[in-house]
Amino acid sequence: MTEAAPSGGDAAMAAALLAVDPTGLGGAVLRAPHGAARDAWLARLRGLLPAGAPWRRLPPNAPDDRLIGGIDLAATLATGRLRLERGALPDADGGVVVIPMAERLTQAAAGRYAAVLDTAEVTLERDGATARWPASLAVVALDESAGEDERVPPSLTDRLALHLPLDPGSAMGPGPDESGVAAARAALGEVRASDEVLLALCEASLAFGIGSPRAPTLALRTARAAAALDGRRDVVEADVVLAARLVLAPRATSLPAAPEEAPPPPAEEPGDADGGPPKDGSDLSEIVVAAMRAALPAGLLATLASALRGRASAADGRSGAPVKDGQRGRVLGARPGPLRAGSRIALIETLRSAAPWQTIRRRASGDHARPVLIRAEDIRLRRHEARSGTTTLFAVDASGSSALHRLAEAKGAIELLLGDCYARRDRVALVAFRGTEASTLLPPTQAPARARRCLAAMPGGGATPLASAIDMARALADAERRQGRQPLLVLVTDARPNVARDGRTGREAGEADALSAAALLRAAGVSTLMVDTAPRPHAYGRALAGALGARYVPLPQADAAALSTVVAAARSA
Amino acid sequence: MDGIVGSLASEARTAPAAPTRQPYPFTAIVGQEEMTRALVLAAVDPGIGGVLILGDRGTGKSTAVRALAALLPEMSVVAGCRFGCDPGAPAQFCESCRELRHRPVAKVPVPVVDLPLGATEDRVAGALDIERALVDGAKVFQPGLLARANRGFLYIDEVNLLEDHLVDLLLDVAASGENVVEREGISLRHPARFVLVGSGNPEEGELRPQLLDRFGLAVEVRTPTDLATRVEVVRRRDAYDRAPAAFCESWRTAEARLRRRIVRARAKLAEVATPDAALEAAARLCMALGTDGLRGELTLIRAARALAAFEGRESVTVEALRPVASAALGHRLRRNPLDEAGSRARVDRAVAEILGP
Repeated sequence: MTEAAPSGGDAAMAAALLAVDPTGLGGAVLRAPHGAARDAWLARLRGLLPAGAPWRRLPPNAPDDRLIGGIDLAATLATGRLRLERGALPDADGGVVVIPMAERLTQAAAGRYAAVLDTAEVTLERDGATARWPASLAVVALDESAGEDERVPPSLTDRLALHLPLDPGSAMGPGPDESGVAAARAALGEVRASDEVLLALCEASLAFGIGSPRAPTLALRTARAAAALDGRRDVVEADVVLAARLVLAPRATSLPAAPEEAPPPPAEEPGDADGGPPKDGSDLSEIVVAAMRAALPAGLLATLASALRGRASAADGRSGAPVKDGQRGRVLGARPGPLRAGSRIALIETLRSAAPWQTIRRRASGDHARPVLIRAEDIRLRRHEARSGTTTLFAVDASGSSALHRLAEAKGAIELLLGDCYARRDRVALVAFRGTEASTLLPPTQAPARARRCLAAMPGGGATPLASAIDMARALADAERRQGRQPLLVLVTDARPNVARDGRTGREAGEADALSAAALLRAAGVSTLMVDTAPRPHAYGRALAGALGARYVPLPQADAAALSTVVAAARSA
Repeated sequence: MDGIVGSLASEARTAPAAPTRQPYPFTAIVGQEEMTRALVLAAVDPGIGGVLILGDRGTGKSTAVRALAALLPEMSVVAGCRFGCDPGAPAQFCESCRELRHRPVAKVPVPVVDLPLGATEDRVAGALDIERALVDGAKVFQPGLLARANRGFLYIDEVNLLEDHLVDLLLDVAASGENVVEREGISLRHPARFVLVGSGNPEEGELRPQLLDRFGLAVEVRTPTDLATRVEVVRRRDAYDRAPAAFCESWRTAEARLRRRIVRARAKLAEVATPDAALEAAARLCMALGTDGLRGELTLIRAARALAAFEGRESVTVEALRPVASAALGHRLRRNPLDEAGSRARVDRAVAEILGP
């Protein structure tokens, strides 16, 4: 049993539970590729919802005017009165919003969903209009992420009770039908849960390292919905176990320390229910903990590690961020100007500048047919901030020769640069190379503190695979550019490569490969700064810098402050 | 779908619609003393200058701020004033209140304005009222959220996700107490004194360093890790979700008691003496920590005075600095931005050194 997907029965049950209490459970994260299994689950959920409940599908990059609402320009212009249009969120009041490709949601967009889930209403303060609409709804986030870099923003998943990996191959089992769900929904308010249930859920979430207090609350509501589905008025063990499996187990970040086993438990065999309770737990707690253990996939620790790594990239809202935030954050307002091809009209501002003149213009022109008279001088254009963000890629030579020389000093200089990046809100990434190949210690992130930690922990020693490092930097720079950011490479090395691209050692092959990699990087147009850490700069270092088209700074002359000035100059170049 | 006619300028001060349900009671929040204390102190003395709440998900940051709205006592305003001018403070009147001969007084709840994500600058600062301009060709100012928040609280959830130009605008106004509008041919200034409350989860994006020390108090909230507290959190939350009205009713006495204490503390605030010993201790503390400027000391003293008033004491003792030191100073330490050793620990160490363990 290595497959993490729950049985078809659990999937069917999850759909029914969500249909019983959509707003209470907040929704679900459905981890599955596009396919029949997912469609079947969504169809099941939709069928179980009350008749006429809204069902809206929203792309992850939906703009605010679609999400929240805004001015209805057509109606405003036609009637000459301010008309608002409701966005999809207030429109979905009492129903479900489905977000495909939810891993592409930005933090900012996730924040909007989170606010709606918290307050059950939508507040609009945009385009000169104010409105407040009720919006109690559930969100189904379809997580189609493939790599470790992509994750649905945790601020959203934290508020969605059910985290469901769907096996694309398996068929969905039978589950409660529409009438059963409707009856459960009606009875939900009367279902009681004992203190023991509460205690068991809290204890289990503590034992499995689940920090957010929302988790046990959501699990409790799930258990209640399960009891109601079963036609009971009391939450019993089976309900708690089901809730723990569907709500708590997927959130586990650590395994409880089992008393009779080795302290750091290796990947637990699923089904091994002998692990005792973490504390003086009640019987129910023991049962819940055992059930959760059984529900955890075999490779928990591996997924756990990737989840922690994922946090690094999720923290800056990487997936899908640039297009939308580029539009949102960098609009600097509007300015008057002639309309040219490619310029974008700021409609609201245009309307606003035309508004005061309407009476006079109408009187002057006698035109009563058109509700709003707009002239060329009213036109306002959107102004965007020209500068896009910068990502500083540090490629640091941690080879033996470098370590021998001045790795510590180089680290000091890099720390100073990191401080700079922090002040400028640049993103940073860290590539280290030693031994046979380069590796990305830190994917691009906006938290330089993490870079510092990585740097401090970076060991030294081994050969110098410089070509591989330059290639990797080029790949990273490419990726950053695709996301609309300006990459800047800071290469810190003593320029003594002795490993070729194919891993063979040898000074000559290493130097030749490094030069060819450098030429490729230069062709890609990445601005580069090379910090030569050799005790005495030699000809090859200069040659390499030349091939890179880099600014060349030998560290002997570069005290930390001078270095930071050079980087600043490289950035503005 | 038919459009809905937007609100008119004259209605801008009143919240657009009644909230769908009563907020969670402030006094029912489990633990998180530092956060609730900071909010209460800001309610006692708005001059403390804003509260920043940073911390883990699900720790009740937003809940606490929204709960504060229901807790605060009503305030008197000049009836009909769009900015909610205080009849007792003529120096701070808006232009229209200054011209009035009779100023009828009305009682309204203290505004706690939620700045929704996605708010645009025109709605925050206020702008030309499009509707009035279109319909009557009149140039009328439509007050924004800053006007609505005057004399109350302005709350920004996920402050770290807010666009930089909006944050700058808010901080400027919060510092000057006045909103200056120069746009679309409108030139106007109006009072906008409010307590800025921001919350956020640092994991989701870091806060600009310049922004940090513009807040008077900064507190960190953490997920409770002991079982009893967590059970209580879940229990109360559950009780509230199932029957909000009954739950709020059961906390009514506690809410009323806290409200009375805040009212009394406000009245007493001016009388609380600040002896030299306390001033000196505050100065020594700030010097030991190397905080920039005097803002740290001022905030520390103000917070200690508000706490003394809240606890019914006559003067600020040296000991009173202890509970507020971390919130008032922790975010002002000149620090290496990459240094992760908690600033809290440094404050605690300095406090132990100067005030004794």
